[in-house]
Amino acid sequence: MSTHPSPTPLNEAPRTAPSKATATAAVPAAADPGGDARIPLRAHLRHTGALIRRNLLWIRQDPESMSDALLFPVVFTLLFVYVFGGSIGQSLGGGREQYVQYIVPGLLAMLGLSMAQGVGIGFNQDFNSGVMDRFRSLPIGRGSVLFAKILVELLRMLLATTILLVVGVLVGFDVENWPGLLAAVGLSAVFGTALMWVFLALGVLMKNVQAVQAVGFLVLMPLQFGSSIFVPPGTMPGWLRTFTEYNPLSALADAARGLMTHGPVAHGLWLTLAWSVGLTAVMAPVAIHAFRTKT
Amino acid sequence: MTLNDTKPHAVTVRGLVKHYGETRALDGVDLEVREGTVMGVLGPNGAGKTTLVRILSTLLLPDAGQAVVAGYDVVRQPRKLRRVIGLTGQYASVDEKLSGWENLYLIGRLLDLSRKKARARADEMLERFSLTEAARRPARTYSGGMRRRLDLAASMIGRPAVLYLDEPTTGLDPRTRNEVWDEVRAMVGDGVTVLLTTQYMEEAEQLASELTVIDRGKVVAGGAIEELKAKVGGRTLRVRPADPLQLHPLARKLDELGVTGLGTTTVDTETGSLLVPILGDEQLTTVVGAITAHGATISSLTTELPSLDEVFLALTGHRASAPQDTRPADSLEEAAV
Repeated sequence: MSTHPSPTPLNEAPRTAPSKATATAAVPAAADPGGDARIPLRAHLRHTGALIRRNLLWIRQDPESMSDALLFPVVFTLLFVYVFGGSIGQSLGGGREQYVQYIVPGLLAMLGLSMAQGVGIGFNQDFNSGVMDRFRSLPIGRGSVLFAKILVELLRMLLATTILLVVGVLVGFDVENWPGLLAAVGLSAVFGTALMWVFLALGVLMKNVQAVQAVGFLVLMPLQFGSSIFVPPGTMPGWLRTFTEYNPLSALADAARGLMTHGPVAHGLWLTLAWSVGLTAVMAPVAIHAFRTKT
Repeated sequence: MTLNDTKPHAVTVRGLVKHYGETRALDGVDLEVREGTVMGVLGPNGAGKTTLVRILSTLLLPDAGQAVVAGYDVVRQPRKLRRVIGLTGQYASVDEKLSGWENLYLIGRLLDLSRKKARARADEMLERFSLTEAARRPARTYSGGMRRRLDLAASMIGRPAVLYLDEPTTGLDPRTRNEVWDEVRAMVGDGVTVLLTTQYMEEAEQLASELTVIDRGKVVAGGAIEELKAKVGGRTLRVRPADPLQLHPLARKLDELGVTGLGTTTVDTETGSLLVPILGDEQLTTVVGAITAHGATISSLTTELPSLDEVFLALTGHRASAPQDTRPADSLEEAAV
């Protein structure tokens, strides 16, 4: 960029096209035959920071948007512990106390999903409002829009996790392994990020937020309930048991459970990681392609 | 015009092609915009205007052809290009959940201004676009005109060399439309090159110095507005006889003589004048001669260029404002927005 003699006060780019007239040329030559500019890492961080601020302002502007993150852990914990807990706990060979140990890690696994959905929905809103056009016509990396959204959703997930744990402890959950708890949160975030690509592709391709939510609901409902999140699949019919066995949410829930309570971890952990890698390998290119070619 | 001709081109477009499936949204468009001028791109819905703007602002890749804006190639140097352009879309693209100030501050930060400069620039732009009072309110509470002004302010944060205005007043009431026009004129006064797409003849006439008429992805005419109008077929001579009673007899007389141009003479009773279509200076002289030979005194005499509606009709064979037959290009372009 040093070839341009008169930088503007704002940036180094020239305000005016260089004076070589191209009126008579059959094919215009770019006055700057050089390559394209690169965006330095520091600029990427600055852009991501500015976009995080934007997403946080959304929350301040519309605090109800946080209600799912705040209420979901409270409502689900109370519902499952007090409505179903006694009877399921009994079948586990104990009582409500035993089910508390079972359901809290399961619910933690579910928080990763809501994070994924949040990113997809936020992206869809941006595309529909035309704000994305504005961002895409600015000299910023297109990834910063995405990273900002992921980081804010991660923050929201951590908040929900905290609330889940507080409510869980209040109703009797015993954290046996604190480092394991952190690992479980991390694993849930990893899987949530992988699943996010699915929702990003949906968010870019679907017409509106309602459609994204509807498809998300249709996909997530069977995945959530056809898993070991809420109950051990032992009493389910054979075909459903097979489904739960291959369901990545079962793997995630089992791993979280093992990590938080000194139980078996390896199988669920590796299966979750394998699913995360697989989902990302397939869906990330799809989502990125959809994003790039979105007109 | 000779002075302008020496100005370099801020936008040069050659043979630009964009397909959507079988539809050619752009079918070999050539275009040049001189620095510091306003180029109007006029065409009906689905003509390819928005596709053109989206390619020139790096939101879409062309299938063929070349476009250079402010010295940068739209395909090979999109990042450098994005630094010197501003875009105001057909639908105001501001973040509705953020306040006006936060919208502008965000854009400033994304354009690599320091926090301090971004703050100052946001304040400055709000002031300039008369939005200071609403600065802290969420943009969704803004009226249509305020939103459009905020959108223009957002486009101007980076002091762009080239500004694209894609149908900037579509859907606005006449008073608000005039406000936006004033803002655009002020920006041009600052030396910004503007590429304006519009469906409104009046808008092009108000803002643009040159015009490119496109229809179904092709350029059907281009040039200075006055030249285009002259090319299409003459002017209108407005004659006011001193005695209004002579209006109708004079009109009959002129038509009988057959000295007029393409149309017939009409009588404008409101202003008490005759509107005579003429093709050239000789006809003008003949008409004036015929009127004086009739014994009438002329109290005022002016010539007017035809309206752009007439220009479009003559160039494309259909009216720009008339509803278009259903073509896939329409829906595709809508979807692309």
